[in-house]
Amino acid sequence: MESTVKHCTDSSSVIRPLTIIGLVLLITLSVFGETAAQSDEPTDDEVNAIAKQLYCPVCENVPLDVCGTQACAQWRATIHEKLATGWNEEQIKQYFSDQYGVRVLAQPPTQGFNAIFWAVPPVVFLVGGFFVLRFIHNIRHKQQSATGQPVAEKTNVDDYAARLEHELEQWR
Amino acid sequence: MIANFGFAAMFLAWLCAIYAAILALAVARGEQRQWLVSARNAAIAAWPLLTLACLSLTYLLVNGHFEIEYVAGVSSRAMPWYLKATALWGGQAGSLLFWAWLMSAHTALVTLRDWQNERDMQPYVIATTMITLAFFVSLNVFIENPFAKLWIDQFGQTSATFFAPSGARPFTPNDGQGLNPLLRHPGMIIHPPMLYLGFVGFVIPFSFAIGALAVGRKDDTWIRVTRRWTLIAWLFLSLGLLLGGRWAYDVLGWGGYWGWDPVEIAAFMPWLTGTAFLHSVMIQEKRGMFKHWNMILIILTYALVIFGTFLTRSGVLSSVHAFAQSAIGPLFFIFIGVTFVISLTLLFRGWERLHSENILTSWLSREGLFLLNNLLFMGILLACFWGVIYPLISELAAGQKVTVGPPFYKRTTGPQFAALLLLMGIAPLAAWRVTTVKRLGHTIWKPTAVSMLVPVGILAAGVTNPVALLGLWLAALVLCATLYEFYRGATARRKSTSDNFFSALWNLAAHNRRRYGGYVIHLGVIFMAVGIIGIEMFQTETQGTLAYGEQMTLGDYVLIYNELAEFPAEDDRIVTRAMVSVYKDGKFVAELYPRRDFYVDSQQPMTIPGVYSTLEGDFYVLLVDWKPIGAQGATFKIYLNPLVNWLWLGGFLFISGTLIAAWPGKRESHSQQQTAVGVS
Repeated sequence: MESTVKHCTDSSSVIRPLTIIGLVLLITLSVFGETAAQSDEPTDDEVNAIAKQLYCPVCENVPLDVCGTQACAQWRATIHEKLATGWNEEQIKQYFSDQYGVRVLAQPPTQGFNAIFWAVPPVVFLVGGFFVLRFIHNIRHKQQSATGQPVAEKTNVDDYAARLEHELEQWR
Repeated sequence: MIANFGFAAMFLAWLCAIYAAILALAVARGEQRQWLVSARNAAIAAWPLLTLACLSLTYLLVNGHFEIEYVAGVSSRAMPWYLKATALWGGQAGSLLFWAWLMSAHTALVTLRDWQNERDMQPYVIATTMITLAFFVSLNVFIENPFAKLWIDQFGQTSATFFAPSGARPFTPNDGQGLNPLLRHPGMIIHPPMLYLGFVGFVIPFSFAIGALAVGRKDDTWIRVTRRWTLIAWLFLSLGLLLGGRWAYDVLGWGGYWGWDPVEIAAFMPWLTGTAFLHSVMIQEKRGMFKHWNMILIILTYALVIFGTFLTRSGVLSSVHAFAQSAIGPLFFIFIGVTFVISLTLLFRGWERLHSENILTSWLSREGLFLLNNLLFMGILLACFWGVIYPLISELAAGQKVTVGPPFYKRTTGPQFAALLLLMGIAPLAAWRVTTVKRLGHTIWKPTAVSMLVPVGILAAGVTNPVALLGLWLAALVLCATLYEFYRGATARRKSTSDNFFSALWNLAAHNRRRYGGYVIHLGVIFMAVGIIGIEMFQTETQGTLAYGEQMTLGDYVLIYNELAEFPAEDDRIVTRAMVSVYKDGKFVAELYPRRDFYVDSQQPMTIPGVYSTLEGDFYVLLVDWKPIGAQGATFKIYLNPLVNWLWLGGFLFISGTLIAAWPGKRESHSQQQTAVGVS
């Protein structure tokens, strides 16, 4: 009997904390759920944060957050709705891109033909950098061949005043 | 009657330009030199003729002659007279005519100069300027005629042509559509003329460059002759860009001054090459180097001036198809291509002749650093050019429209602007010909040490953004280096003239306005950089809907919505104006009136901010229409734009520096007075 009681006690001692945890979780979820439902209403700032990354389909080069057209007002309302239903920024941007084309994005995507857009600047930078470095190398070469050795540091700094007077005369 | 008179004057101006160009080219090819007198007179005559054409159009605009298509499109009865007058450049046809008029004024003035030492170049200069002028006037005469009249046929269809179509009778609408509301702002009244003055101004140095190439000159006469023209063109272009930024800030209602819009970039690109050119010509004058490079820069600047006009006038920015459908787009394209090819052909033909008189022996020398400065300007130009033309390439090649917005430009040009700032600090302290690291370090360590106090102080104040810290340190470095250069110059001059410090400083600047004007420009750039860093890095914003008496907070500021008024204004607009009180740290600081103007004639709204400005920054309030505006609720968008006024102050300093640099010296103005003005 004692052992049975103990067993019951043991089993209830396991169940009770679980129940309490379950209840606490339930209450917590319901309380926070309510709070979350309240904060699910997106603010204008949250809408603007996404709208400024999208461009008006009607006006050229006008971000959605400042565009005054009716189309943009509807788009902002759509962003508001999507945020309220739990969509994140990337999902919303993807939605608009799918619906209206990639021109609504602030910059071209990196895939497909548009890869050219992103590939050209680094290529130009590298090619340009190569020529600049080669140019600098040539200058050093000219320096050395002109003097037979690397240019030595002048020990006397030239007379600044005389140089200035000379320049003033020259640039007048 | 007036329209006929204006068209006749415009047509005669076109004939004069063609005649002058043909005769000048004939003289250049060895025909009789006397013909040049006739070419010169025709070139000069184009100016008064186009003046008459512009005055005629202005008269039609101010007096509401709505039978003229252009007048009906950009003017209305309700507009004040000054807006009617400035609508001259408010539309396509008028702005092209205005562009041509400014071009003719420049050409006439340059033709009237004393040509004693540049006789050989004169036919080419006249031919180049007149071909450019003839191109623009031909657009007006044949395609975008500002004097075209409205006609209605027997089927009730309206059309616009200068000569009456058969069976049609004149049609005069009761009122015009009015000027685009966005253009009804003082900044926008002055902004286009400034830009156009900058654009056409660069045609003059380009024409002299072509002249120098064509006659085989290898000296720097063309640069010296056009130095002031170039500076003045650059001054106006800079002023145009600044005014455009201020207009955007005041009118467009997005809290910023520069949106990396293709239209803005179209004006910015010639400014970039023009700025590189202004730096680079100093090397040719001083050391006889970079002759090819200077030619390339001025050819590029000219091409970009025409390209910029093409971008904004052809409709190509909205769609490549719009460009193909527009009559002037392909013509612009051909003109740019032909002039560019001819210019480059002349350059390559004279390539050997233009060899440098000196070699670049040290990349840390002043000329080496100037070259790096030029490369950075070219890097920024390439980024801008790529960003502007890529959407056209994408639409043409892949049939896909794309947008290239601010993130791309900021990422590609930001580091280059930072490197330019660094060079701006170092280059003026570097010596000509040879500078070693040790020697440059010896000169620059003091300004560098002092400048380090700025990021340390800002860091201590709690700002940890590394990009902002770097940018502000660079600005401080340039400031210290520039002031140090003033100090060094004044001290050295004091020793040689025994003046007191301030007299020495004044005399120093007066004796070399170009150099010290340039330093003042650099100081202006520093101020502008501080303003740009402030707004780009630290701008904050919020938006909310308030009822009367409610408040919203941003930073240290609190805004309270007091009342709303709605009333009609004189120029056919309905104004909805909110009154808000602004408090900072609990203290009342300002009452602001953000408003929305609704233009009835064009059914277009405009958002005018209420701004509380201090050197610390702007508290910028917009009344937005996300929800109906009323006493129960009005939506306000607030921006805090830290340090933005440093940008405008810097702009003022920048323009002042350019004026100092362009102002003629005593000796120069005296010599100019002595030389008689006349034809060679």
